[in-house]
This record gives sequence, structure tokens and C-alpha cells, in this order.
Amino acid sequence: MRPPARAAQPSEPRVAEALLELAGVNTHIGHYHILQGVDFAVPRGGITMLLGRNGAGKTTTLRTILGLWRASAGSIRFDGSDVTQLPTPAIANLGIAYVPESMGIFAGLTVRENLVLAARNGPLADARLEWIFRFFPALKKFWFLPAGLLSGGQKQMLAISRAIVEPRTLLLIDEPTKGLAPSIINNLIEAFGELKKTDTTILMVEQNFHAARTLGDTVVVMDSGRIVHAGTMAQLAADEPLQMRLLGLSLEVHQ
Amino acid sequence: MSADDDARDALPQARLALIPPFIVLAIALAGSMLIGSTSTWVTLTVAGLAMGLLIFIMASGLTLVFGLMDVMNFAHGLFIALGAYIAATVIRMLAPAAAENDLLSNLSAVAPALAAAFVAAGLLGWLFERVVIRPVYGQHLKQILITTGGMIVAEQLILVLWGPDLLPLPRPETLRGSFVFGDIALEKFRLVAVVVGLAVFGAMLYVLNRSKLGLLIRAGVENREMVEAMGYRIRRLFVGVFAAGSALAGLGGALWGMYQESVTVGIGAHMMVLIFIVIIIGGLGSVGGCFVGALLVGLVANYVGYLAPKIALGSNILLMVLVLLWRPQGLYPVSKS
Repeated sequence: MRPPARAAQPSEPRVAEALLELAGVNTHIGHYHILQGVDFAVPRGGITMLLGRNGAGKTTTLRTILGLWRASAGSIRFDGSDVTQLPTPAIANLGIAYVPESMGIFAGLTVRENLVLAARNGPLADARLEWIFRFFPALKKFWFLPAGLLSGGQKQMLAISRAIVEPRTLLLIDEPTKGLAPSIINNLIEAFGELKKTDTTILMVEQNFHAARTLGDTVVVMDSGRIVHAGTMAQLAADEPLQMRLLGLSLEVHQ
Repeated sequence: MSADDDARDALPQARLALIPPFIVLAIALAGSMLIGSTSTWVTLTVAGLAMGLLIFIMASGLTLVFGLMDVMNFAHGLFIALGAYIAATVIRMLAPAAAENDLLSNLSAVAPALAAAFVAAGLLGWLFERVVIRPVYGQHLKQILITTGGMIVAEQLILVLWGPDLLPLPRPETLRGSFVFGDIALEKFRLVAVVVGLAVFGAMLYVLNRSKLGLLIRAGVENREMVEAMGYRIRRLFVGVFAAGSALAGLGGALWGMYQESVTVGIGAHMMVLIFIVIIIGGLGSVGGCFVGALLVGLVANYVGYLAPKIALGSNILLMVLVLLWRPQGLYPVSKS
């Protein structure tokens, strides 16, 4: 049974436009109180960057949105529906795809089989595949290779391809550039740039500030399980003292 | 690492995957040298393959159940026992057809008996998952306790229904005896067991590799959380796999009962030792590993039983120890993420 939805904030125009809205979300993992009242909204379209120091609660936020960790208090609304207590598959079937930090590749399945599973609404669409191969040609080359044999960068490409193999309303992407070579990061940035031209909305956790600044339209900064800043990326990028205060470093220096 | 490097890296892994089947061949070859007599070796090899394939039928479901949901089901032997008892009951009801010296008449008794064993064990598996397993997901200690307890209760219920006496499960008339080629005698029922075992293995490979359901099962064994995050309800999948695995155990139990021509309440518990050895040797969650492990166990049990009967009981445990010393996660470890 769904709990009663927490009252939205109709007076704020951003909330009315929001695709995803978190209000007072708390998450406990075992005895640890990780999210301590998270409030933010992700506007429809574009890329929202979720930034913060290690341990701030960014990954837990993504996992709580998808129901992989259950929110102990607060509400999560997606596209007008309260999804706080829905099971993970039901939330995903509303049009949300997830790319975890670990990539979540099925190593024993081939590249093709990974994508076949991700296409939950039917067979793989050729036009969509060709569109994906334009960003990630290596996937076409290793189509029948077990995914466990791909390099780290290729695995990340496969993980992202799985998320976009069918049109989705919202992508939750956790540190896609982590541990990758600069050339592959640039490749990913290009691909996300192309994705921005579609209707898909992206909420991305990112520690690579060059990628964050290049791709982000809006930004949310977390610290100790709470949101400490929300605004546009342009505003944050232009305000070095704010960066120092929120993140403990300057985006300019950490390119 | 470049893309081409990756393709080259695939080769050593592919070679490694070929080693276990070669071990089966090596053991068969070693057996032929130690046994000496060709006819005895052929008889023992067919017996070993038949035993191995029957164990595979019984064990394949258990390895998937563990791989998919980390469930340690110590009551798996219950489905084996139920399958054997149901088959014995149906064969007794159709005794005239089973006793005739006509293949079609015999099949009209055996097929319903095997089908009944399969369906009854599958239904009990479905019920067992809902009532016993579901409340203890993710709690290994409780799983061991409750499934062991469930097994004891179920064994007592079998005794209530069928009584404490040994139940005969005679092979149908046309499946008795042997085909004789020169001085080589191949027992008919063992050949049937080989054919049925290979058919089950082929069907499982087909489903696991050629259908979306099979892909989901393989993916779920590796990373069930990601399967859920992709929008699939893994619990439903698990119930289906649990019921299918139980049904196969029932089928295996019925065939094993016919192999022994009798059924006792301990038939399942007795097989569980070998089944655990097989799924550990194969790699928990791996159907291919379970298949190779079952063949190894079947061959080693028969060869050692003939060559050195005094150590026959310990030979499979020794085999398991040697395999684990070489590959601690089994012959075909399933990558978990």
C-alpha cells in the first residue's frame, strides 16, 4: 500500500516542473543514518549533477530513488507518482534506468545478451542500436564476446548502452568516468552531450569536475546526508568561493 | 588496455574452460588403464555416466537455486524422495502394463510415473518456497535450520503416507537386462538414464542460452540486484526456478529409484551428500559445472568401487578436495557482482 504523499510545494515554480522530487528523505543502512532529510528536485530534461565529498550520501540517494535502499522517512515523487514504497522493478518500469558505480555488467553474458536483457519492452531495435554504435563502436566489434572480457572503459560503455537501449524518462548514473582514461572520458562526455539532445533527463553523480562542469545544467551538492546547495551549474562554476565552501576545492583547478 | 588486447585475453580463459571436460576424459582413460579389461571398463564407464547424469538431473536445480538467491536448501532431498515414492505408487497402479514384454505398454506405465513424479515434486517445491523458504531469505543460518527441520518433518509424513517398509519400484520388463556386444554388456536402464540425462542437460542449455528467461536466470545468478534495477521481478523468477529444480529432483528421484529398483525414505538424504559434492565441484550456480562435476563423481565412484572398494566411500570427497585445491570456487566459478 502506498503511504499518503507528502504535500508538494505548489508555490515554487521549479517543483511544478520537476520530473523527480525528493522531500525529507531519510535512509538508514543497518545502524547508520545515511540520508538525513534530503530535499531536491530534478527538472525535466537536461543533466542534473549530484556532487559532494566521498561519503556525502550521493550513491545512497540514487539507490534510494530506485528502491534499492528503502527510505525510512520522506517521499519520492517521479513524474507525478509517489514511488517511495514501490518495489525496485516497479520503479524501473516507470521509465528509470540505472548505471551503478560498479557498472553492474553481467560478465558471463555476451555484449548482445546484456543489451537484449536491458530491452525489456521487446526485441532490440536496429535503428537504436546503430545510434548507440555511433557513440560506442567497440560494442559492435565485441558483440558476441562475454562482457567480462571487455576493458573497464568498454564495460562502462556497455553499462550506459544498456540504460539507453530503449528510450527512458530518467537515467540515474553513478560516477561514469571513475577510473577511466582521459580519452574514454572525452568519448563519454560526447555521448552524454548527444543524449542531452533527446528527451531523456539525467541525474548523475560525478567526481570528475571537468565532466560535471561540461555536462551539467543544474547542480545539487550534498554533505553529510543533506543537500547543502542547489542551483545552476553555470552559477556554481562561476563562484570559486562557493566551490571551496561546498566541495573543498576549485572546479577551475580540478579540470 | 586496447580492444584488441581484450580479444587476445579471451583465449587463455577459453582454454581454461576446456580443461574440466578433459579431466573427465583423463579419468576415463586412467580407468581403462587401471582396470585392464575393456568389457569391464565399458560397463563401469556406462554405469558411471548413468549415475553421473542422474545426479546431474537431481542437482541442477539446487545449484541454480543457490546461485540465484543464495538459498541453502538442505531439504532438496525431500523432492527426490517424493518423486521416487510417487513413481513407485504409479508404477504399482499400472503394474500390468509395466510387466508386459512390450515397449509401448511399458512406456504407458513409465511415462505417467515419471510425469507424476515431476509434477508432484514441482508443486511441492512451489509450496515449500512460499511457506518455508520465503520467510528466511538472506539468512543462511535460519535457512539451514528450517530446511533441515522441514526435511525431517517431510520424511516423517512420507512414513505416515507410505509406511516404513522398503517400497519396490521395479523396472519395466523391456528395460531389464542388457544389450550384449561381444563380451561387453550394457545394461538397458543405464542407457536410458544416459539418454534422459543428456536430454535434460540439452534442454537446460537451450533454455539458459537461447531464451530471455534463460538470460534472466544467468544474469540473476551473477547480480540479482541489477536484474531488479532493470525492471524484472526476480522473486517471481526464483519461484519458477525453485519449482522447476524441485520437479527435476523428483524426476531424478524416480529414475534413481528405478535404478535401484526400490525406494526407502532415506533415498533423498542419501543422495544429498553426492549432490553437494557435485555442485561444489562444479561451482555454485553453474549448470555446466554441475554437469561436468556429476560426470566426474559418477565415473570416480564406479571406477574406485571396482578397483578399491574399501576407499570407494571417501573417493568423491577426495575428488572434491583435489578440485578445490586447484580451483577453490569450483570448476566453473560464477562471477558475482
